[in-house]
Amino acid sequence: MKYSPFSQEAALGLLASLREEKGPVLMALQLMQSEFGYVDKACVELIANFFNKSRADVHGVLTFYHDLRTMPPTEHQISLCVAEACQAVGARELELAVKNKFGDEVQNAYCFGNCALGPAVMVDGKLIGRASLEKISAARL
Amino acid sequence: MKVFVPGDSAAISVGADDVAAAITKIDSSIEIIRNGSRGALWLETLVEVETPSGRIAYGPVTVQDVSSLFEADFLHGGSHALSLGKTDEISWLANQDRVTFARVGIIDPLSLDAYCAHGGLLGLRKALELSSQALIDEVTDSGLRGRGGAAFPAGIKWRTAAQATSDQKYICCNADEGDSGTFADRMLIEGDPFTLIEGMTIAAIAVGATEGIVYLRSEYPYAIAILQKAIDIARADSWLGKSVLGSAHSFDIQIRVGAGSYVCGEETAMLESIEGKRGVVRAKPPLPAIEGLFGKPTIINNVLTLATVPMILAEGAAVYKARGVGRSLGTQVFQLAGNIARGGIVETAFGITLKELINTYGGGTLTGRPLRAVQIGGPLGAYFSTAQFETSMDYESLIAAGGMLGHGGIVVFDDTVDLAVQAKFAMEFCAIESCGKCTPCRIGSTRGAETIDLIIQGVRVYENKRLLLDLCEVMTDGSLCAMGGLTPMPVKSAMINFSSDFTGAAR
Repeated sequence: MKYSPFSQEAALGLLASLREEKGPVLMALQLMQSEFGYVDKACVELIANFFNKSRADVHGVLTFYHDLRTMPPTEHQISLCVAEACQAVGARELELAVKNKFGDEVQNAYCFGNCALGPAVMVDGKLIGRASLEKISAARL
Repeated sequence: MKVFVPGDSAAISVGADDVAAAITKIDSSIEIIRNGSRGALWLETLVEVETPSGRIAYGPVTVQDVSSLFEADFLHGGSHALSLGKTDEISWLANQDRVTFARVGIIDPLSLDAYCAHGGLLGLRKALELSSQALIDEVTDSGLRGRGGAAFPAGIKWRTAAQATSDQKYICCNADEGDSGTFADRMLIEGDPFTLIEGMTIAAIAVGATEGIVYLRSEYPYAIAILQKAIDIARADSWLGKSVLGSAHSFDIQIRVGAGSYVCGEETAMLESIEGKRGVVRAKPPLPAIEGLFGKPTIINNVLTLATVPMILAEGAAVYKARGVGRSLGTQVFQLAGNIARGGIVETAFGITLKELINTYGGGTLTGRPLRAVQIGGPLGAYFSTAQFETSMDYESLIAAGGMLGHGGIVVFDDTVDLAVQAKFAMEFCAIESCGKCTPCRIGSTRGAETIDLIIQGVRVYENKRLLLDLCEVMTDGSLCAMGGLTPMPVKSAMINFSSDFTGAAR
């Protein structure tokens, strides 16, 4: 996935698009991440000032949600469902194999709504059903 | 020539996009319609061809099968090893009673013409003729209860919000379908998004709301894209906006995307999240119907609840409530998931037995090994054994059996499952996803996982089981919401129904 390099000017330009939104803090953090790939630590103060919130408010939201990250992502991102329906068809065994091969690129997820065709894995935003190490490797290219 | 290749993300996950591209590559004159999925997910990619005698199905089709389908003249219903005959006559589909899912898989989800040709907007037009009172009476009379899991009567919730006086009211659709084993909300949004928009619009007219919000999880990027397109189409068609279908009502819908938190499926945590805050649960009262989003009266309903309303209005409450048993009226969209041979959507009247769902529809396990356990109702639902297979699938019977229906997801496990490990996972999941407000949930979940670990290792098994049951009681009684309150359900049901897994001896 391609992201823009972080800059305060670009961030402020994006935040302006949320000026009319009610309850904009989570949306603002999500917007930062979708644009820059992560939420740069400078964003906390930027968002707080822009929307007249405290830094604690913004930091609290940033650290609550699993989706939000404060470090640039790896080049590929593999999200592996390890919830019950996928466990029932070998997600735990797949998890070991995938983490062994792709290491830091892999994170656990809980349900992509593909529970009849598990194990389910999201590779760079693309959903893979009946996932195997081979299928994941192929989708990652 | 029309060929249907589902654009549902489950179908795409097993190659539907590649199949569609391969068909176009061979014959670019074919009109390919990316319908939703019929719900028979084990047949995906299910390719259908429109013929004079009806739609003919082939599946499961992979990209390698496409050239042989052309050789078999599938465009005219030619026979092929993957032929399934007429789609409407596939018994797995034909025996269902599709109400909420009536159009899913049939139509192009983003064609307003197809939507209207299949009964779309009839419910909304009817609603515009009725008074708020009559409209809410109809929904109440249908017996429709909240399909998210709490099963609260929809009409009563609507009445509460309608009676509240405020300058602003909201309709919030809870599409934070986080329960493992459930995917009906996703499939409805991807396969028939206009139905949800219509249901929300009817709710808005009933209570006098002008703003709608769909809280849709980030794990469903395909659904987000389709629903956004559908909202834009409805707006361009003057269905949403200042004047709903030319009436005096104003209503518009916005999507808010979740951020990977399970507890935000709890309605008050969802409100906090929509307000841009941490998804921490609120104490009730005040009820959201009186003081909800931004402190204003708010109806919060699940996707399936709202998507069922148009049909109830169009065909009448009596037709809907003629189905079902006891106080569980109408149909339930069951979802067969996990280790199951024929998984997918089974919509049928309440009262079908678990056995019929698992064996007749599901065809047993995918691995072919003996079935050992099923979890009903998501990660907070109970684990049942085959001894409970005669249980009637309705709200009250499942509660009587020590479980709950939840959102209707059924996850099947074969005999390799260890229920002590599953019980430990339930506690671990609670520890990961707890919002942190209530101590029994925040800390009890971690202590619970540790205690189950000791039981698995055979350390003071009897004492630790007593301790675990005591902890479960504290979590049930001492947590504000279902996260901490119901995590004991999978744990205790596993201990009761699969006691041999809790002896400390290696299985």
